[in-house]
Amino acid sequence: MFEFFNDHTLRTVCLGTAGIGAVSGAIGCFAYLRRQSLIGDVVAHSSLLGIMIFFLASYLITGEGSKSLTVLIPGALLAGVASLMLTRWILAQTRLKPDSALGVMLAIFFGSGILLLRWTQRATPNIPGKRGLEDYLFGMAAAMTRSDLWMIGVLGVSSILVMLLMWKEFKLFTFDPVFAQSTGLKTHWIDTLMLLILVVGIVIGIQSVGVVLMIALLVTPASSARQWTGHLGTMVLLAAIFGAICGGAGSVLSASFSKVPTGPVIVLVATLLFMVSLTAAPKRGLIARLIKRRKLEKSAQIVAAGGDQ
Amino acid sequence: MPKASPAIAIKGLTVAYDSVPVLWNVDLTIEQGVMMGVVGPNGAGKSTLLKAVLGVVPKLAGEVEVLGKRFLSDRQQIGYVPQRTSVDWDFPTTVLDLVKMGTYGRLGWFRRPGAKEKHDALAALDRFEMRQFADRQIGELSGGQQQRAFLARAYVQDAPIYFLDEPFAAVDATTEKAIIRLLKDLRDEGKTIVVVHHDLTTIIDYFDAITLVNKKIISSGPVETAFTSDLLNKTYGGPIKNCGIDCGFAQPPVQLRHPAASNAPATPVEADDV
Repeated sequence: MFEFFNDHTLRTVCLGTAGIGAVSGAIGCFAYLRRQSLIGDVVAHSSLLGIMIFFLASYLITGEGSKSLTVLIPGALLAGVASLMLTRWILAQTRLKPDSALGVMLAIFFGSGILLLRWTQRATPNIPGKRGLEDYLFGMAAAMTRSDLWMIGVLGVSSILVMLLMWKEFKLFTFDPVFAQSTGLKTHWIDTLMLLILVVGIVIGIQSVGVVLMIALLVTPASSARQWTGHLGTMVLLAAIFGAICGGAGSVLSASFSKVPTGPVIVLVATLLFMVSLTAAPKRGLIARLIKRRKLEKSAQIVAAGGDQ
Repeated sequence: MPKASPAIAIKGLTVAYDSVPVLWNVDLTIEQGVMMGVVGPNGAGKSTLLKAVLGVVPKLAGEVEVLGKRFLSDRQQIGYVPQRTSVDWDFPTTVLDLVKMGTYGRLGWFRRPGAKEKHDALAALDRFEMRQFADRQIGELSGGQQQRAFLARAYVQDAPIYFLDEPFAAVDATTEKAIIRLLKDLRDEGKTIVVVHHDLTTIIDYFDAITLVNKKIISSGPVETAFTSDLLNKTYGGPIKNCGIDCGFAQPPVQLRHPAASNAPATPVEADDV
C-alpha cells in the first residue's frame, strides 16, 4: 500500500477522484436541499445508455470503440438531459406523479443501457475496445487517463464557478422558488441551469464511482455536512471536503485491494462519514439530542417530585 | 386633483390549472392605500389571484396593471409574503439571511448583498420585533416568529404594495394582533395591503376593503357595502353560520356603487330581498 503513494499514475487517479468527490459534494448540497436525489439517480443510471450509444458510434466510425471520456461524457450528458426532458414532457402531458415518471424513465434508460452493454460484450464478430465497459456500472478509477482528468477538471471547475457566480440566485430559488419568481428572478433559467450543473456533476463521476452508486457520492456528503452546520456556505464547503475525502480515500483503498471496483469502496467511506455525522454532530447528532432529552426528563422529574418550580 | 391610478387593476383575468379554471373572467380594482381582505371558500382561487398578479402562475387571458403600468416590466412594486408552509424551514440559513433575500431582486444578477442590505434587513427585523433573533437558525423559530421573519423579508423590499397569503394561519392570537397593528401602520403610511384571509369574524376589525371571491369576483369594495350576509351566502354557496353578529352586515347601507362590484357576474342584492 505504501508503494502506492510513490506510484505516479495512481497518485493522479487519487487526486482525480478527490476532485470529483469535491465537485459532487458541493453540487449535491443543492440537490439535497431541493429533494432532487431521485432526479440525480435517474440521470446517473440514464447516462449508461448515452455511454453505450457513443461507444458504439465511435466503433462504427473508427472501427474501435473508444473509452475516452472526451467521447463518452458528451453521450452521458445527452442521455442525462434527455431523460429529464422526457420526464418533464410526460409530467406535462399525463397525470403521472413525478416519482413514478422518474421511475419509469430510469427503467427505460438504464434497461436499454444494460441491454446494449450485454449485446456489445457478446456480439460476434468481436467489437474492439469493449473490455472494461462493465466498469462504468460500479466504477474503476484506475482506468482514468490524463486526458480524462482534463475533461473532468474543466467540467468540474466550470460548474463550481457557475455555482459561486449565481450563489444568491441558487440560494433563493432553492429555499423559496415562488418568492424568487415574485421578485422578478428568471426562475425558469435558474432551474434549468441548476439541473444542467447537476447533470454535469453526475456524469464526471461515473468513471470513478459508476452509474449505479453515483447518487451516493452526490447526496451522502451533503447529508453529512448538513449535520454539522446551519449555514449554506459552510455546508457546501464541508460537503466538498467530505466528498474529496471519500473520493481520495476510496480510490486508494480500492487500489490496495487488487481489482475491487472503486464505486462501492468510495460509497462505503461516505457511509462511514455519514454514520459519524449522524451520531456525533453537535445539535443535530443523535448523541447530542439524547443528552438534551435526558436533561429534560431529569428536570421534569424534579418538578413532578415538587422540587423548585 | 387628478385621481391616482389604482394600485391594482385586473381586467378579464382567467387562470387555469391544467384544464380546470380556477379564476374565470375576473375584473378587480384595488385602490391605493387600502387594506383589503380577500375572502372565499377553499379552492376559490384566492392565492391564485395573488399569484396571477405577481406573474407566478400563467394567465390564460386578461390583463393586470400595477399603479397604472403593466407589471412584468417592474417587479419591485409588490412585496409578497407567501404561505408560511410553502417553504422548508429546515433550510440551513439564519433569520438575517432570510430577510436579506428580500433585497436580492433589486440587486440584480451576480451582485452580492453588502453593508447596505444588512442594514436594511436589520431595520426590517427591528420593525417586526425580531432583531434579537437575527442570528438564529430559521428552523428554531416558532410559527409566529416565522411569519414575522417572512413579513420582514417583504418589508425590506420597500414596495408600495404588499400581498400576504394567509399570514394568520396557525399563529397565536398575540402575534396576529401585533401583525395587524404593523400592517395598519404600513397602510397609514400609504402602502396598499392585500391579505388572503379566512376568519370571517375579524374582517370588520381588520380591513377597510374586501373582495369576496369564488372563481369569480362576487363583490369588491368597502367592507360596509361588499361584506353583507347575502353576498357571503353567494360566495360560500349557502348560509354562513357560527360567525355571530360580526359576520357581515345584514343589509347593505347603500346600493352598491363600487365599480368592481357592478361588474360582478351576479347582481349582489336582489330587489325583492330588500
